[in-house]
Amino acid sequence: MNVKILKLLENNARMSEASIAAAVGITEKEVKEEIREMQDAGIIRGYKGVIDWERVDGASVSAIIELKVVPKAGLGFEEVAEYISRYPEVESVSLMSGACDLTVIVKGTTFRDVSSFVAKELAVIDGVTSTATQFIMRRYKEFGVELMGSEDDGRGKISL
Amino acid sequence: MIDYNKILSRTILDIKPSGIRKFFDIANTMEGVISLGVGEPDFRTPWQVRSAGIRSLQRANTRYTSNLGLMELRCEIANYVERKYKVGYVAEKEVLVTVGGSEAIDVTIRALTNPGDEIIIPQPSYVCYEPMTRLAGGVPVIINTQAKNDFKLTAEELRAAITPKTKALILPYPCNPTGAIMERSDLEAIAEVLRDTDIIVISDEIYAELTFADEPHISIAAIENMKERTVLINGFSKAFSMTGWRLGYACGPAPLLAEIMKIHQYAIMCAPTTSQYAAVEALRTCEADVEKMREEYDARRRLIVKGFNDLGLECREPKGAFYAFPSIKSTGMTSEEFCEKLLYSKKVAIVPGNAFGESGEGFVRASYCYSLSHIEEALKRIGEFLAELKAEKN
Repeated sequence: MNVKILKLLENNARMSEASIAAAVGITEKEVKEEIREMQDAGIIRGYKGVIDWERVDGASVSAIIELKVVPKAGLGFEEVAEYISRYPEVESVSLMSGACDLTVIVKGTTFRDVSSFVAKELAVIDGVTSTATQFIMRRYKEFGVELMGSEDDGRGKISL
Repeated sequence: MIDYNKILSRTILDIKPSGIRKFFDIANTMEGVISLGVGEPDFRTPWQVRSAGIRSLQRANTRYTSNLGLMELRCEIANYVERKYKVGYVAEKEVLVTVGGSEAIDVTIRALTNPGDEIIIPQPSYVCYEPMTRLAGGVPVIINTQAKNDFKLTAEELRAAITPKTKALILPYPCNPTGAIMERSDLEAIAEVLRDTDIIVISDEIYAELTFADEPHISIAAIENMKERTVLINGFSKAFSMTGWRLGYACGPAPLLAEIMKIHQYAIMCAPTTSQYAAVEALRTCEADVEKMREEYDARRRLIVKGFNDLGLECREPKGAFYAFPSIKSTGMTSEEFCEKLLYSKKVAIVPGNAFGESGEGFVRASYCYSLSHIEEALKRIGEFLAELKAEKN
């Protein structure tokens, strides 16, 4: 496992193997091997873009849904969490501490899509006792990337 | 009509604005420029430092501090310098908080210089030492450090520059623009030359935290018998990404500091109070932030150095600061020609090496205070530029 490579990829998944090699100070071949090994080990799970969908026409709608779940003997929350994870509409599923048990992020094209998914799919799952849906109105930061607009960092082009 | 040139000080009129200014103005106003040109970090000041500044304002801590600086901050500085560089200073009388490292350099030179005194300045180096020396009535004595010595100052070069009039040596390491550092053996050799003299070392260590060698930065003040003849200068701009806060410090023997303080007291009163409160927080809690930034710089450093070498522009490994200083001699152009053409044809802004002294001719300074992808893009454009040059020649 090579944490330096992971940090570089986390920051920019499109960074070339040659550049990663230069930045880390190892050969390109070693980078390829390390990445393959980390993929095989399930450490690197994918390479996705950070997209500000609000800037795209026909933008989508997302909601955060807090679920209360009755844990099952011997399985805890696993079964329900894994079941929910299999829906394509679901972007993220996390087990939480505090008032709710699972937090689910659902994405759809319209408010109605999301509402009906919650009502018809999530709410009726065996073991789910309540849902609380909060629609996301605007995103300001996603995956560590600020979406507010490209701001000038205040530095000039040249200084000594 | 007043002829202001007749009124103004001859000393200041004799300090000509750098010819490179024009190039800078063009670069700074041109649209779509991708720059490797600045000498300041891209990272934001760590959050908790900004918060500490805001908190101090909310509490209305907005008065003058002691001329020397907040006692709390001076104690933190003394602790920090002791912890990091193994030099002990007494917070009450051996630490002065200044408006950036620049002011510390200025007041130190002024406190030491009688008319005609010589100040030795190794170059290529940051541009302020020479004019500050002249403004103090001193005579700059330039040492042109050599690429073959990795732009380190050697004992031989120093010995050759010393005269009975030598008052002080500026020691600007880690070095802007060359990225050179002075390792222990290098400093021992310099100390050997100075030990039996009254020459004071003005050690500008503003890039101390940005060192990428096996050993961390070593201050010349930590070398035997050197503390009594050294003014150690550092600040918050580079390591803590706090350029705009304008905060630095000078540490040195009490009798020297007392006189340096007089100039500071009359010219400045005290360093900005808000910044001083913020700096206390920086020294107390930002070690991990500094280390994280250093690691990021290190990755960029490797990328840019390999990039230049792959493009055929020979680039030594810079061991400190955040600049690469590749040679462009293979192109047959002067540094300024290279930078101008590069700016006009590919809109990449870098700094001609001769901006830092004649000995910088044949080199260019590329800052790596930029994201990895920004550096990649700039290198790509420089590669295209070099390819076009080659095509022109054939």
